[in-house]
Amino acid sequence: MTTMVLSGNEACVEGALRSGVRFFAGYPITPSSEIAEEMARRLPALGGKFIQMEDELASMAAVVGASLAGLKAMTATSGPGFSLMQENIGMAVMLEAPCVVVNVQRAGPSTGWATWPAQGDVMAARWGTHGDHPAIVLTPWSVKESFELTVRAVNLAERLRTPVILLSDAIIGRLREKVDLPPSVPVVDRPRPAMAPDHYRPYAGGPDGVPPMADFGTGYRWYATTTTHNERGYPVGVDAAAAEGLLKRLHSKIHDHQDEVVLTEGRWLEDSEVVVVAYGSVARSALAAVKQARSRGLKAGLLRLVTLWPFPSQLISQVAQRIRGLLVAEMNMGQMVEKVREASCGASEVWSVARFNGQYLMPEQILDKLEEVRRAWR
Amino acid sequence: MKLKEVSKEELYRCSYGCAGCASVLALRLTLKVLGENSVFVVPAGCISTVSAYYPQAPFFVPMTVMAFAATAAALSGISAGFKRRGREDIHVVGFAGDGGTADIGIQALSGAIDCGYKFIYICYDNEAYMNTGIQRSGLTPYGATTTTTPGRCFENRPKKDMLRIVADHGIPYAATACISYPLDFMRKVEKASKINGPTYIQVLVPCPTGWGFAPDRAIELGRMAVESGMWNLLEFENGEFHTTYTPRHKRPVAEYFEAQTRFRQLSPEQVEAIQREIDSRGAPGSS
Repeated sequence: MTTMVLSGNEACVEGALRSGVRFFAGYPITPSSEIAEEMARRLPALGGKFIQMEDELASMAAVVGASLAGLKAMTATSGPGFSLMQENIGMAVMLEAPCVVVNVQRAGPSTGWATWPAQGDVMAARWGTHGDHPAIVLTPWSVKESFELTVRAVNLAERLRTPVILLSDAIIGRLREKVDLPPSVPVVDRPRPAMAPDHYRPYAGGPDGVPPMADFGTGYRWYATTTTHNERGYPVGVDAAAAEGLLKRLHSKIHDHQDEVVLTEGRWLEDSEVVVVAYGSVARSALAAVKQARSRGLKAGLLRLVTLWPFPSQLISQVAQRIRGLLVAEMNMGQMVEKVREASCGASEVWSVARFNGQYLMPEQILDKLEEVRRAWR
Repeated sequence: MKLKEVSKEELYRCSYGCAGCASVLALRLTLKVLGENSVFVVPAGCISTVSAYYPQAPFFVPMTVMAFAATAAALSGISAGFKRRGREDIHVVGFAGDGGTADIGIQALSGAIDCGYKFIYICYDNEAYMNTGIQRSGLTPYGATTTTTPGRCFENRPKKDMLRIVADHGIPYAATACISYPLDFMRKVEKASKINGPTYIQVLVPCPTGWGFAPDRAIELGRMAVESGMWNLLEFENGEFHTTYTPRHKRPVAEYFEAQTRFRQLSPEQVEAIQREIDSRGAPGSS
């Protein structure tokens, strides 16, 4: 165990390098630039490759390229850059190119309030790129978790052959905390073909829906294609069943592994009347608020979403049936609250406490809202 | 244009630029030439950052901040709009940094020159992404360190020759300038403003924060860049390049490098090689 004082951005680099990331392509943007800078400094010594690209379209495209070449690849950006990456994120989904995209969120829309913190990109992370596509989005609440979730993101990307988005924010990215780093981390490599090149079907899912991936340049001739394709990687033409099968497999390979993908943390869920749902940096405030509320005799709990997407609908629905109210705390105009409302499906009341002025959502504000809920229930 | 003819009116003032910021100076001088009958498009970069802190509003002309990649495309749109309204008297000016021009913005610039509408595109070249913390750009010169080309991993690619790139588009007018030669720069802006088509000016603006020198030395550094041959004052007009200023005394490039911190990891042999490369250069525009 090594103890270090790191920022969230630095912890992210640490996690990436230890889980085998050896390629980084990026473009400067605050508050994510430290990730690129640290990668530029450290990757060469590990035999890895850092490239500063001419923009974020190129960064994401280079990451997909490096992934096809067989490397574990990553990029990092913030709001405007994340928008520019979206088309190529969709390409990575369709190509099934494993990669990790870190978005250190800042207040938007557009250039926005550079570079104050926000959680405004939670829906962009889910639906930023067009078409029906699955998404895995993880969101850390501490420096330590920035490290852990980066490792997890890299491993999930490789395991399921999909882009994984790590949704950090300006607070977590720049926060410095003491972290105990383990001597080693679990490292997962993408499935690679066991069959001879002649028998290789690049998009045949296998038992768990994830096709083995042949690195380019290893004798396997295959089309990595963004066009709707069949198992061989050729356009489906008029074959509707093949088109439907592809989309279903792209989704099911992730949804069938929910136990590996969907992470949440609950506190006092068993004896709560009201549960605060929070994620990322705001969950820190939420925990403090819940503790204070309990000391005032209010039966409050915390449900922290570590994985935002796929959304833990089932868990929310179960919790909603046991309690009286859910309070969603977030630093945007209320984005996840709608998803929580949908999952609770009328089983409990759903309240929102949202802050979207670039200021941190403080424990007092969440506590005030909890008191408001209590008063409403009297 | 003579010094005494230069307007005393300041149409850009009270910005949040760093002490000794030459980019701010370039903008002030540009507006002294063009006057208030102009509109600006500014992408992400130093100028949009230092111009947008409440309550300061340094631009005394209309300005729009545009997506990083899109400065020149927006210029085409504004210029076409003015043409439609019969207001071609208004100067349509893009003011973008080196990264915003040579990296993320180069596609839009290429497209806009091809479109052919009337605009002045000014690239304020401080040779890296200074606003986000000094990361290299396509216009960072060979040998310089930045936060993404640190220490011995210094920038190992030559500075993109944007003047030749735009010239090869068949642009009616393009020029390079340096803030240390203000009259030369302002004459070029004036010339560009009178051309009915796309124009491009790239002005070297030494950056105390990013290059590593005292804030009162920006003008001196710019002069050293020109005198050492690291930067040349050129024009491209009627399909030909010519030099607008030739320094009387040549200065060894080593002196220019020693005056700032970003080149200090270069060995004497590497500096010598750069000197040889400068000495072997032909006439402007030749390959």
